[in-house]
Amino acid sequence: MPDFQPVLLANVGKPDSHTRRVYEQTGGYQALRKALGMQPKDVIEAVKASGLRGRGGAGFPTGLKWTFLPQNHPGPIYFCLNADESEPGTFNNRILMEDDPHQVIEGLIISCFATQARAAYYYMRCEYPLAFQRTSAAVAECYEAGYLGQNILGSGYSLDIYMHRGAGAYICGEETGLIESLEGKRAWPRIKPPFPAVEGAFRKPTVVNNVETAACVKQIIERGVDWFKSIGVPPDPSNPRDAGSYGPKLYCLSGHVNKPGCYEAPLGITCQQLIDEYGGGVWKGRKAKAVIPGGISMGLLKGDELHCPLDFNGPGKFGCLGLGTAAVVVMDDQTQMIDVLENSCRFFSHESCGQCTPCREGTSWATKMLTRIKHGKGRLKDLDLLAEIGDTIGIMPGTTICGLADGAAWPIKNCLQKFRPELEEYIKRTNPTGWMETKPVPALQLQTIH
Amino acid sequence: MPTVTVDGIEVELGADERLNGIQAARRAGVEIPHYCWHAGLSVVASCRMCLVECGKKDPATGKVAMQPRVVPACQTPAAPDTVFITASDKVKNARAMVEEDLLLRHPIDCPICDKAGECSLQDYHFEHGREERRADIQPFTSRRRELGETVTLFVDRCVMCTRCVRFTREVSGTSELMVINRGAHEEIDVFRNEDGEIRFPLDNKLSGNVVDLCPVGALGDKDFLYRQRVWFMKSHDNVCAGCSTGCSIKVEENQDRIHRLKPRENPHINGWWMCDEGRYGWKHVHDPARLTQLRRRETGKLVSADWHTLPAQLENKLRAAGRLGAVLSPHLTVEEAYLLAMYIRVLDPEAVLAVGPIPTSGEDEHFRGGFTIRAEKCPNRRGVEAIVSRVGGSLLTWDDFLAQVEAGSIGGAWITGGYPSAWHDAADAEKFASVKTLVVQDVFASPLWDRADFQLPGATFAEREGSYVNATDRLQSFKWAIRPPAGVKTEGQLYWQLLGRPGLYRASEVLAEIAREIVYFAPAAQGVPEVGVDLKVTQLAASAELVASAGG
Repeated sequence: MPDFQPVLLANVGKPDSHTRRVYEQTGGYQALRKALGMQPKDVIEAVKASGLRGRGGAGFPTGLKWTFLPQNHPGPIYFCLNADESEPGTFNNRILMEDDPHQVIEGLIISCFATQARAAYYYMRCEYPLAFQRTSAAVAECYEAGYLGQNILGSGYSLDIYMHRGAGAYICGEETGLIESLEGKRAWPRIKPPFPAVEGAFRKPTVVNNVETAACVKQIIERGVDWFKSIGVPPDPSNPRDAGSYGPKLYCLSGHVNKPGCYEAPLGITCQQLIDEYGGGVWKGRKAKAVIPGGISMGLLKGDELHCPLDFNGPGKFGCLGLGTAAVVVMDDQTQMIDVLENSCRFFSHESCGQCTPCREGTSWATKMLTRIKHGKGRLKDLDLLAEIGDTIGIMPGTTICGLADGAAWPIKNCLQKFRPELEEYIKRTNPTGWMETKPVPALQLQTIH
Repeated sequence: MPTVTVDGIEVELGADERLNGIQAARRAGVEIPHYCWHAGLSVVASCRMCLVECGKKDPATGKVAMQPRVVPACQTPAAPDTVFITASDKVKNARAMVEEDLLLRHPIDCPICDKAGECSLQDYHFEHGREERRADIQPFTSRRRELGETVTLFVDRCVMCTRCVRFTREVSGTSELMVINRGAHEEIDVFRNEDGEIRFPLDNKLSGNVVDLCPVGALGDKDFLYRQRVWFMKSHDNVCAGCSTGCSIKVEENQDRIHRLKPRENPHINGWWMCDEGRYGWKHVHDPARLTQLRRRETGKLVSADWHTLPAQLENKLRAAGRLGAVLSPHLTVEEAYLLAMYIRVLDPEAVLAVGPIPTSGEDEHFRGGFTIRAEKCPNRRGVEAIVSRVGGSLLTWDDFLAQVEAGSIGGAWITGGYPSAWHDAADAEKFASVKTLVVQDVFASPLWDRADFQLPGATFAEREGSYVNATDRLQSFKWAIRPPAGVKTEGQLYWQLLGRPGLYRASEVLAEIAREIVYFAPAAQGVPEVGVDLKVTQLAASAELVASAGG
């Protein structure tokens, strides 16, 4: 194990780490006291100066997001904590919420104070019963201790946290989808603009942040901006749009490794380091064939691209979409890429909210095509069609409202770029007589998607 | 003047005009295909058919900076100096992709689909789709299920534009329709019990509009289902006679048989909608019980008459009857009412004029989207009242008229009906015992009809020509849509002949005459546009001018 001392995960694993007693013993809620002694705008400035980028997937600078709130708004301003962690392979929020809920809540209160939000909605996915139970208990403890409610710690600032459980849809993690769901509607992402900071939940200015982001805010206030900036990588001077990747990050390592788990490491650690130093290497002495750098929607790294640094910029240089949720999934050399791709498409087809035509139909078409290929009825032409679907759906070409389709498109694109020979070989092998065929193949009893 | 450029064509914008890309392009004569967008509903930008390239022109340098991605035109405001490109390869590919996607699971059962011929999916596919089908998915299902009394859903034809869902939420305010399931399994449905029984059917009073809104054949009008291929029908602009809202409509007929009514866009009256009562309220036109025999009473017995000799016979009898009275039905057009009033006044300058009974039912109903169904179930109360009070001198109601008849002061009466249902009872008819010559013009038999000395079969709204004035004093003119059944002469044509005017009845000529004679109708003097003219506003302006000039 490297010598990096975990900060976000410092309390995880201690007995009763989810209680206020244990949390306060390790200096809990001191950061809150410190923050309440500051001006809200100074807290925002501190977070801005730290270069903290959102940990939910898109990596948008948190401090900047907060400054998008309208000035002198009569209010109320709302804060949504996005705990709808649904990206396959991602479980860092769960660890935090189950084992250190107070850290998240403290960060949440500080963030709300900074944005002067009147109420915070803690939107947690349904599949986390223990996290929900512990977080709800922690919120109750905070009310008892005066960290929540009217006039928090005599500062004159009041805040309420409302727990809300999702019903288990991936799309509810999209910030406007989350807001719609919170309002009791179907989680169809909204058209932007207006962005939530201008008009969000209940048509009021709203900030949506991730659980890990809130935990980082707490650490920044407690340990200072300089500490935060001492971790991670500075901006790439050749890329003017890069805001740098500072701070510790929770990496969720899973798949074919010896020791899967949630590890805290400085941003910028390479994929190879993470697998070898934290995960104990690929299992059964095999080699990694492909690695998902940050949740399946970010695409795939090839086995020979593992020197890719896992910061907000790194995976992009290797054709991936970005760091995403930093859920690293390792696949060994026995994995068939057709299975990976089919599985990924099936997931996105199932989770597509169905609002925009290209995403709804494109993901379902790709799934049907891949199911057919997998059943030995593939044609080489299908790969071109898949590549076309991958290129044309998503917010990047402008054909959908939200980024779900980009997430669906990236594994298709990456897979076809990086593993096309293998896919072609599979088609030729499983459909020896028909792979050149351009005529429609006879109807096949296709698996239903659900 | 701020301008927007669409495919190189400059379009001028009004000062406070807020158009989206589709509307701006329309003004430039460029059609941007779209499914989910509708001017009367909120914008969801989900069908993605209207994708275009968009950019901004720097007014100082004239340089255009284009956005790298395509944008939905429906959601992109046509702000000053916006540049839209709708014909590039990028846009064409995007459209082809959406068309291909929508047809992946579409059953393509156009030969048995009612919408074929007026279907956006068909039209756009011919124009923007691919020539070959690249998908191996065989769309062989064509499920159908009921949504309510009026509408049926062909589930697999749906393209999920959600116009119907938004309509029930935003316009009718009843929210019966919703989207169920997710992703490619999404369907439109109503709320059902576990066994599939409908719990809350689509039964609001505007439900038929969802069929018009549906850009494809997913929502079927049960009344029209499998009745007629749309390309056989001719469409005629008309005005609904169901209530005093007077919705602008289209009558769609084939060989003088109406098959359906559709709303016609009119921002001043009905927007894009009409109510079910009006939509299905044309059945009486083809009712087998309709009167088609012209008869007159000779020595107590009814004998057939013919329209050629009728004018002379009528004149003889009416001149001999003494004091005359005419009841102008609120189903008559302004022109018809005027001509009849003129005719009666020619025969007897002191003739009594009255307005027919005004059928009402319940209260005015207002809907969330601003649509109103009026309690007054006739189209032209205001217009006929204006004629009666201006020509007759005072505004007599049906009851006033009955009282005069009962008192025996009326010798000859001309009663016009035209109501789709019973409009008087036997007791009313008894009061006409003292009337020497009773002329009744109506569409259905009634006690008065049985008592009449002259039985004149009349026309219904689709056969009339002329103008109605609705409850908000808006006058709309329309032409006949179908010919009346054999044996029937429309009121307008009959009165025209009775007044000795040559040739065919020309409503526009009569209206011009009325506009000259009666101040109330003056705004109609310069002709009547498709959306009608507001008699009240000009009236107010005129009286304001009058006041001003009086003051000066």
